[in-house]
Amino acid sequence: MLTERRLNILVLALLLAVPLWAWIANEPFTITLATRAVIFAIAGVGLNLALGTGGLVSLGHAAFFGIGGYAMGILASHAQAYTAIFEWPVMLEGTKSMPIIWLVAILASALAALAIGALSLRTSGVYFIMITLAFGQMFYYFMISWPAYGGEDGLSIYVRNGFPGLNTLDPIQFFGLTFVILLLVLGLVTRLRASAFGLALGAARQNEARLRAVGIDPYRLYLLAFTLSGAITGLSGALFADLNRFVSPTMFSWHTSGEIIVFIILGGVGRLMGPVIGAALYVMLEHLLGGVSDYWQIYFGAILLAVVLFARGGLIGLLVGREVAHD
Amino acid sequence: MSLLRLDHVSAFYGASQALFDVSLAIEPGEVLALMGRNGMGKSTTVKVICRLLRNRGGTVLFDGADMAGVPAHKAARAGIGLVPEGRRCFGGLTVSENLVAAARKGPWDGAAVEALFPRLAERRGQKAASLSGGEQQMLAIGRALMTNPRLLILDEATEGLAPVIRQEIWAAIARLKRETGLSILVIDKSLAELAGVADRACVLEKGVSVWSGGFGSLTPTLAERFLGV
Repeated sequence: MLTERRLNILVLALLLAVPLWAWIANEPFTITLATRAVIFAIAGVGLNLALGTGGLVSLGHAAFFGIGGYAMGILASHAQAYTAIFEWPVMLEGTKSMPIIWLVAILASALAALAIGALSLRTSGVYFIMITLAFGQMFYYFMISWPAYGGEDGLSIYVRNGFPGLNTLDPIQFFGLTFVILLLVLGLVTRLRASAFGLALGAARQNEARLRAVGIDPYRLYLLAFTLSGAITGLSGALFADLNRFVSPTMFSWHTSGEIIVFIILGGVGRLMGPVIGAALYVMLEHLLGGVSDYWQIYFGAILLAVVLFARGGLIGLLVGREVAHD
Repeated sequence: MSLLRLDHVSAFYGASQALFDVSLAIEPGEVLALMGRNGMGKSTTVKVICRLLRNRGGTVLFDGADMAGVPAHKAARAGIGLVPEGRRCFGGLTVSENLVAAARKGPWDGAAVEALFPRLAERRGQKAASLSGGEQQMLAIGRALMTNPRLLILDEATEGLAPVIRQEIWAAIARLKRETGLSILVIDKSLAELAGVADRACVLEKGVSVWSGGFGSLTPTLAERFLGV
């Protein structure tokens, strides 16, 4: 019998096997597609912590994805131009080191998520969705109107940033790096969901008043979940920018937020591997349907509609049933 | 000093006044039965104590501290544990997860709760929504105990349960009183069972506390007059 645990292992094995096969078959484009799926999966796992576990439907996670991307873009562009980001009060130079870029991306997106969450979590339901969307769009238009970092044209980075001991320009090595990060993020989220914090977050989604009656403030829980979620999405943004060696305001667009939500819905809301399956399927369909028609989104929309109508627990729900501990 | 003291409390739901003048006190280690017919304000009084509803008039003191402006989660942290009417467990979480989610430091932990209700140990990994009504009630009590309260409030804890389960719950309440010295405010319609645990009673009528005294002094005449039994 196919259990969720077995399915999770199978999906991860497939996600690893496909690029390994492509590496042996000398198909670097397929490796890049798999890397793209893994990076999107990280973004989805991040949002799923807020949306799936906490029930926070954020339409502004593109802001954190974009912040992560621009953290990479700004640091790397200054490093490649040998210019300082600023010289006063202390000189701050750019860097081509991935670990430093990731740290900055995580911190910057976590700070943004903390600020956006602190304001938007005072509302709920449709108002929360609209406020997060508004924040995301504010960042989008801000980046368009900021010529120092390319404005609407974005920023190009000529050489992928470095990671100690790896040749990140080699597609399979960069894939391996992103895959390990995905595993680490999945491990972190698994632990968080099983912790008192994660359980209380799931309880808050079910009934806030009941949670207050046992001494827990749902607002603080939501804020922490939103901040962690934003930080993970920011990290994926930095990886995405490194994959493409390009960042643009599109990363902040509400379309990006919508896409991340789509990964989650496709795979299964609240399921650990839901966004991973959703992102892999999305990238695969984008590639396959994109080869058939420029208007592939029409077909994709029909598939999404079918999943929402007939597989309400997402693809995981369809394969192993809807019943989960946090559903 | 009383652990909990309500003086001339009034409360509203929007424009409708639900409580007009409620006064009661619970001493440390005491079990108080809050009684009255349906719709007299018992559950509203509980909401005010737990700060799920703010009182507009009067004062609520818990351990000498004025609870005005204190939010519900802080009232719970101060030591007020609520077992709400209708059980209301977190249905999507397992028994064990329900307990862990509410846990705070103190003598009550998962093992202590399972010792009080051995059935919960058998159902540890089962979803709360799939438990029987009695088991859900045990879980709701266990969850409140996991917050390590100083005052436990049981709002209609045995309502709608099978007689055997009711006996089990009452036995647990009696054990809590005997072994822990916990202050308990209990709302229930069963005079016979209340007589086994309650030290004192307070009767509400139309949002006003109309009688209070030792439970033994609640004569059949008074019970018929205020409670219709």
